[in-house]
Amino acid sequence: MKRIVSIALLIAGAALLAGCPKKNNVHEPPTAGSQVSGTSEEGASTSANALGGDAASQGGDITGANGVGPLARKVIYFDFDKSEIKPEFAAVISAHARNLTSHPNLKMKLEGNTDERGTREYNIGLGERRAQAVRRALMLQGVAESQLSTVSFGSERPAAEGDDEAAWAQNRRVEMVYVP
Amino acid sequence: MNKRFSSLLAIGFLLFCSRTWAQLVVEITKGQTEAIPIAVVPFDTPGAAAAPFDVAQLVSSDLARSGRFKTMDRKDMVEQPHTGATISFDDWRRLNNDYIVVGQVQTVDPDHFNISFELYNVLTRQRMLGYQFTANKPGLRLASHQVADMVFQKILGIRGAFATRIAYISVLGTLPHREYRLIVSDADGENPRVVMQSNEPLMSPAWSPDGQSLAYVSFEDRLPSVYVQYLPTGERRRVSAHAGVNQAPAWSPDGKKLALTLSTRDGNLDVYVMDLATQALTRITDDPGIDTEPQWSKDGQTIYFTSDRAGGPQIYRVGIRSGDKPQRLTFQGSYNARPRVSPDESQLAFVTQEDGGYRIATMDLHGHGEVQVLTKGHFDVSPSYAPNGAEIIYATRDRGRGVLALVSADGRVQERLVSSEGELQEPAWAPF
Repeated sequence: MKRIVSIALLIAGAALLAGCPKKNNVHEPPTAGSQVSGTSEEGASTSANALGGDAASQGGDITGANGVGPLARKVIYFDFDKSEIKPEFAAVISAHARNLTSHPNLKMKLEGNTDERGTREYNIGLGERRAQAVRRALMLQGVAESQLSTVSFGSERPAAEGDDEAAWAQNRRVEMVYVP
Repeated sequence: MNKRFSSLLAIGFLLFCSRTWAQLVVEITKGQTEAIPIAVVPFDTPGAAAAPFDVAQLVSSDLARSGRFKTMDRKDMVEQPHTGATISFDDWRRLNNDYIVVGQVQTVDPDHFNISFELYNVLTRQRMLGYQFTANKPGLRLASHQVADMVFQKILGIRGAFATRIAYISVLGTLPHREYRLIVSDADGENPRVVMQSNEPLMSPAWSPDGQSLAYVSFEDRLPSVYVQYLPTGERRRVSAHAGVNQAPAWSPDGKKLALTLSTRDGNLDVYVMDLATQALTRITDDPGIDTEPQWSKDGQTIYFTSDRAGGPQIYRVGIRSGDKPQRLTFQGSYNARPRVSPDESQLAFVTQEDGGYRIATMDLHGHGEVQVLTKGHFDVSPSYAPNGAEIIYATRDRGRGVLALVSADGRVQERLVSSEGELQEPAWAPF
């Protein structure tokens, strides 16, 4: 069973990789077998990592901490002023939903962020709305409410600096953080 | 005022011994055409190298910075009188001055100084002001701002706000290692003191009406909480740490309550009022949209706020009595947010979107609600009124950096405050 899940995850990951090369380019380039560590309590900028790697490594890695597989992808990007989850992120969310439902002890914090434009406090509201969109998507796939929490940083914790769309695209995001 | 100032300084030194902060430098980017010509003659300093700095220079630069005065350059002064009796009014009139300030700084003892000054109308030769007062060494700068305040008020009939303070957030470092500092400085950017620093975001500083405390949001636990910090002692108290958002604190005019933004478990932001003594909450808005950025009316009976209940963010106001229905105030454009009420409540300052940029606008609260866009930047946010209502300080970006800027409430005078350190955000002008 575990093997089947792993293969399914790998396929989902491959589909994702094919579906959205642009978004990957603005972040870290996908490198097979990369050992960059995934996001943890302190990590925002290193969180979106490589896909790929061998299926065997995934069984024991339920938080994507070794940086391989779709579970290692933990950032959902959004369009300007939008909180709808784009189709290309469905597979990432499904992978984490399955992971959370099969490990009920796992907890996840959803950190909502916006780009720098607009007023800071209103951006807190937009970031929260994005975090809630991901929360709802996970709950729709069976994740228990008690496993999820949200926080909005608004535009206060950008992933990239700069006053242009290249930076803003990386900042409009929800980071999925497994918490102890 | 003096006492408050000194104790605040003491805190700054207590918490952070080094004062290596880069200071803000004021650049006037757009002046007023009908600025009033005035000469502030260097003050006499009998008793040699007495004063630690040039009082007259500070008075002169305050007046120039307001954009309402054109101050005479010292090298153009053919003589430098220090008392009214020695002013040759005809000469100063020929040099096109309407007013002249003369004075002296005398050393009482190494730590105390006597400042005396007089203001004359050059045309009528009338003595308009004559004052003398004593200041200790750390209070000398404040005393100089007070001289400028008195001259400003006497000539324009508007209370000066030079001897006031501002708070703002400064962000240092590069991603992902950032340091957030909450800073209090004089209104001209001098004397910056760090009152709080954190590796996680700090935001939304708000002054208590007595100018003694700041409320702000800190993410120091990687979750937002609202804190109230009493500046004279540095003592701080966490006043709101509910699940979800704890944001946008605003003091009621009597200083006993905070309006703030909280959220339900499913992420619905609404405005609440918290009694600071009991922490009891009263819900003010109840709408599935984002309701945030509350501000109190002068009488404490009404709250202005931002809501996107009708689509994009717009500004509303609602009475704090239960059952009151919010009234929408802004209709021009698709983005109007973060209202701030002018001290006399004659207008609102807020952020509006125009030509793709975010700019500072004002709206007349009486009459027909006329809107005037005051700035021309792309990222102009966080407006805050000077306590005399004459100017608005705000945050903008200049060549990729966050800086603070000023605009007169009528839009005619603009200045940029330049600092050599950090990304500056969210200025909040302290009360008198």
